[in-house]
Amino acid sequence: MKSIQVSTTINGDPVEFLCTPDEPLLDVLRNRLGLTGAKEGCGTGDCGACSVTVNGRLVCSCLVLGVEAEGAQIETIEGMAQGETLHPLQRHFIEKAALQCGVCTPGILVAAKSLLEKNASPTDEEVRYWLAGNLCRCTGYDKIIEAVQSAAAEMRGEV
Amino acid sequence: MALDDKKSRFKYVGTTPNRPDGVDKVTGKAQYGADITAPGMLTGAILRSPHPHARIVSIDTSAAEAIPGVRAVVTGKDFAPVEDQGFADIGETCMARDKVLYDGHPVAAVAATTPAIAKAAIRAIKVEYAPLPHVTDVDEAMRPDAPVVLEGRALEHVPAGMSQNVTNTCEFGHGDVEAGFAKADLVLERSFKVAAAHQGYIEPHACMASVTSDGRADLYCCTQGHFFVRAVCSALMGMEASQLRVTASEIGGGFGGKTTVFIEPVALMLSKKSGRPVKLVMTRDEVFKASGPTVHASIDCKIGMTKDGRITAGDMTLRYSGGAWPSGTIEMGAQAGFAAYDMPAVRTIGWTALTNRPKEISYRAPGAPQAVYAVEAVIDEMCQQLGLDPLKTRLKNAAAKGTLSSYGVTFDEIGMVATLEAAQAHPHWSAPLGPNQGRGVAAGFWFNFGGNTCVTLNINTDGTASVTEGNPDIGGSRASISLMAAEELGIRYENVRTIVADTASLGYNDNTDGSRVTFAVGLATIKAARAAIKVMCERAAALWGIDAEAVDWIDGAAHPSGPNAGKFPPMTLAEIAAQSFQTGGPIAGHHEVNVDGAGVSFGVHICDVEVDPETGHTLVKRYTVVQDAGKAVHPTYVEGQMQGGAVQGIGWALNEEYIYGKDGRLQNAGFLDYRIPVASDLPKIDTVILEIPNPGHPYGVRGVGETPIVPPLAAVTNAVSRTIGKRMYQVPMSPPRILSAIKGA
Amino acid sequence: MRYMTAETAEAASTALAAEPGLARVLAGGTDLLVQLKAGMIQPDLVVDIKKIPGIREITPEAGGWRIGAAVANAELKEHAQVKADWPGVVEGANLIGSTQVQGRCTMAGNLCNGSPAADAVPGLVAADASVTIVGPSGTRVAKVADIPAGPGRTTLAKGEIVTAIHLPARAPRSADAYLRFIPRTEMDIAVASAAVSLTLSEDGTVTHARVALGAVAPKVVLADASTIIGTKLDDAALAALAKAAESVCNPIDDKRGTIEFRTSTAGVLARRAALIAYNRAKGVK
Repeated sequence: MKSIQVSTTINGDPVEFLCTPDEPLLDVLRNRLGLTGAKEGCGTGDCGACSVTVNGRLVCSCLVLGVEAEGAQIETIEGMAQGETLHPLQRHFIEKAALQCGVCTPGILVAAKSLLEKNASPTDEEVRYWLAGNLCRCTGYDKIIEAVQSAAAEMRGEV
Repeated sequence: MALDDKKSRFKYVGTTPNRPDGVDKVTGKAQYGADITAPGMLTGAILRSPHPHARIVSIDTSAAEAIPGVRAVVTGKDFAPVEDQGFADIGETCMARDKVLYDGHPVAAVAATTPAIAKAAIRAIKVEYAPLPHVTDVDEAMRPDAPVVLEGRALEHVPAGMSQNVTNTCEFGHGDVEAGFAKADLVLERSFKVAAAHQGYIEPHACMASVTSDGRADLYCCTQGHFFVRAVCSALMGMEASQLRVTASEIGGGFGGKTTVFIEPVALMLSKKSGRPVKLVMTRDEVFKASGPTVHASIDCKIGMTKDGRITAGDMTLRYSGGAWPSGTIEMGAQAGFAAYDMPAVRTIGWTALTNRPKEISYRAPGAPQAVYAVEAVIDEMCQQLGLDPLKTRLKNAAAKGTLSSYGVTFDEIGMVATLEAAQAHPHWSAPLGPNQGRGVAAGFWFNFGGNTCVTLNINTDGTASVTEGNPDIGGSRASISLMAAEELGIRYENVRTIVADTASLGYNDNTDGSRVTFAVGLATIKAARAAIKVMCERAAALWGIDAEAVDWIDGAAHPSGPNAGKFPPMTLAEIAAQSFQTGGPIAGHHEVNVDGAGVSFGVHICDVEVDPETGHTLVKRYTVVQDAGKAVHPTYVEGQMQGGAVQGIGWALNEEYIYGKDGRLQNAGFLDYRIPVASDLPKIDTVILEIPNPGHPYGVRGVGETPIVPPLAAVTNAVSRTIGKRMYQVPMSPPRILSAIKGA
Repeated sequence: MRYMTAETAEAASTALAAEPGLARVLAGGTDLLVQLKAGMIQPDLVVDIKKIPGIREITPEAGGWRIGAAVANAELKEHAQVKADWPGVVEGANLIGSTQVQGRCTMAGNLCNGSPAADAVPGLVAADASVTIVGPSGTRVAKVADIPAGPGRTTLAKGEIVTAIHLPARAPRSADAYLRFIPRTEMDIAVASAAVSLTLSEDGTVTHARVALGAVAPKVVLADASTIIGTKLDDAALAALAKAAESVCNPIDDKRGTIEFRTSTAGVLARRAALIAYNRAKGVK
């Protein structure tokens, strides 16, 4: 299978890569670009551990072809903190114990950030439904919801 | 030097600092099993059987080997037989020999330069199978005429004349059960079925193996116990343990499911044959088909009760199947079933039988949820029939200090009564219910483990400490261990760093299982810290020119023990450490032990559900977990264990199950149809932590991780049954089953 | 596998028709990539249609709406006017998969995947929606209801692609609703589903109705809507509708549900969806 050259932007950086036409973006990120923050929990869009945004839209990178990244703007977990400064969501996830094993955490953070960009004051129910495609087997979700809400409150300037 | 063994006032333990691996895990930097790479690494892939039971007639790998980029092909013939039966069984689950025993059983593997070539090579392998009759249900497998999965595996004490699938039986209990039933006003016997569930960790099994031609090897994998991985893999590879170094990556969930190996020996053999590092990662459907779920169970449970709610006797028969190989889980189930109660007469008989399913592996309190479910559901039904309050009835029968348990031990200090009282006092218990809603309650129990543990604690010259332990951190244990080291040494939590060492760096550590890490590694850490403190007291004594016995360690500093010891200002850990090169060299403490004294743990859960009477759709509306933690070292992490375990139990109660077709193939090998709870399925999970100290630990710690999955099967069952006015006897209670019960079918 | 991005629908159709091996269309890819991952298919050609002009746009058309075939369902949900006209269609589309899947999946893809349980399809059939199809022999228009042919199969010929879905104009006092049954609250495939579209007279009598059921037959089926036409959805009418719905069910027994469960649930959902649509048409929140 002949590889295709793709030019894209990841976390603001220009990136070029070669990939085969059938290669999911997730495999490109992990195996070709060393961006292993996105995880493969299922490869079929059922778990959300590979969440990234493409042109601002939250997607599972396992359900996007690498070749579709041509000309796109991609954001991954690796771009969430600014240098040493964690995003409020990242900080609240640590402080509120919203992770146990942490393997679903990158996907949940990317998804939660996408939610708060659309809706700065979600209800708990809205957070739960938005994140329904991000499976977490450790926490029972309670502390994740709490962490998203406390980060949202901080981002609204309420703390 | 004076040290109290027991401690009840704490400076750091009981606080909730951030975990040391937190930043790595929220930034994507943490390296999990599939994230490890090596130069020149190949990709492995496994060919799996589509048959539940078949003889392998032939395997032709020539076409695969001829594909450019294919560097190694492995089949069962590459592995020499091993003597140890347990290791041999694990080896056979990793690669079939003469027969395939379940849908998904590996028959061959390849390593190739790219994943695509590996996939193509797998498709090019030709296997000829001679299908055999199969059996996937435990009750059918126990029939004398059932297809035999493996011959000659029954233990000697299994009675003759049974199916060869029946490999073990056990019995626990005391007292005269029949006499007990004779004293009862109500005797109720019910039969239950519990489907197999999967641990459902989000990270699939993954490893990277590198074997060199001089017989040394390195293995990186996501595991709950890399020392056990070393033991199994070195045996299967015919290596000395010393030549195989296993390093545990960060682990993306395990819940017991990563306490064995499924792909690691295969990766090692592929690496050995190819001379290159090999990475092997399971896909999600491989995880479901071919890593270990729980046993599935069939249960008869009979209880006698007086009309005022005193249990007079209990008698239960458990039939578990752990797949195609003998499984020991039945014994834990048989011991745990009635453990919450003080019973004059109790008997539990267990049977285990082989079926054409993958080899079972632990899942959070293995064996206990099924048995406790049956007991708690029968008690609830009896309370309904006798018009008794379910919590008061449980209190009337609760096990306490001095109770002879159903499995033969006499309990020390335990929290069963306290958890029931706390549940009674919780506002949830008396809150009003809406239409189509009902409330269930259930208790649960888990033994908790201790086990082999090694910890080394080094005092650094800048006044900090490094703890080296050997148990993979599955949910924050590095923080808990650091807290206990800080507590003992008297330095700040931030000044302690705990790392998980590889198998070459520390003595043997049992798996991260049995809720043992905070208890056992914590205990060894405390002892290692005390050993280091002893050295520091000696160094201070030498500097002061006094007897080491005359030095006390208080709040991170050496103090003369009294006026007679001499008048010296306290010497801090940092001061002693800074001078260590001049006072005898580096300072460290270490402790190696097979820990005993894990305190048992009890929990009580309250569950409210709402059932759609027209479809059977069930939502958990409110849920409260009450549990005895002994001492909560990091309380928010303890809450997290209680919430996570409860939600796994809720998932099992309502939706999660292994579904095999008539063809013996697994029908729902993916997250789409193996339905674990999603965020929108759940309410807040309220928690109440009780602290009844475990006499077996210096700080009173009990394991907390497993007990929370034990009560939910019955708590949800009791809630649903009370809501719909019909009793449910099968888990999971999928909507079609609930609707069918509602309609009285 | 070769990958191409088509600049026009005709180019896509030509390439798909000319491919001697297996060819697939890529819009959202949420079914295609799953099938690739599972090794269920190994296409020789994948044609990405998202660069075709207008295929990602929603435009008003003859009082109704033209939804480009590559409009992601998340984009559809954000379109307030379509949502106001066809709330049931939009809620069906928005039940497919997770938020992440919504960012990619399309109604046209859901239709062309041919699943009997497709969440977007009953709403479109109840709406009596049409599709534009571009193929080797030109452009044609067909009813959505005529596209599914059975599990995993459609009536589309080789080289034919759906380029747009057309939702008709809405009469006053019209509304629709979609309900599906799943064991969880999200992330499942429908075990049974029902879409109801109806129009009321000024006094609240149902003058027009279509009821479509999903996951209860090899393809979406219509239930006899005359059971509620001429009524104000009194209990007898609703009971008749439920019975009519049950009577057209021809489901399978599988891991997701039994025949009996699917049948009875289809009746319940049809009844409940009718009530929701009725209240929406009356302007009741």
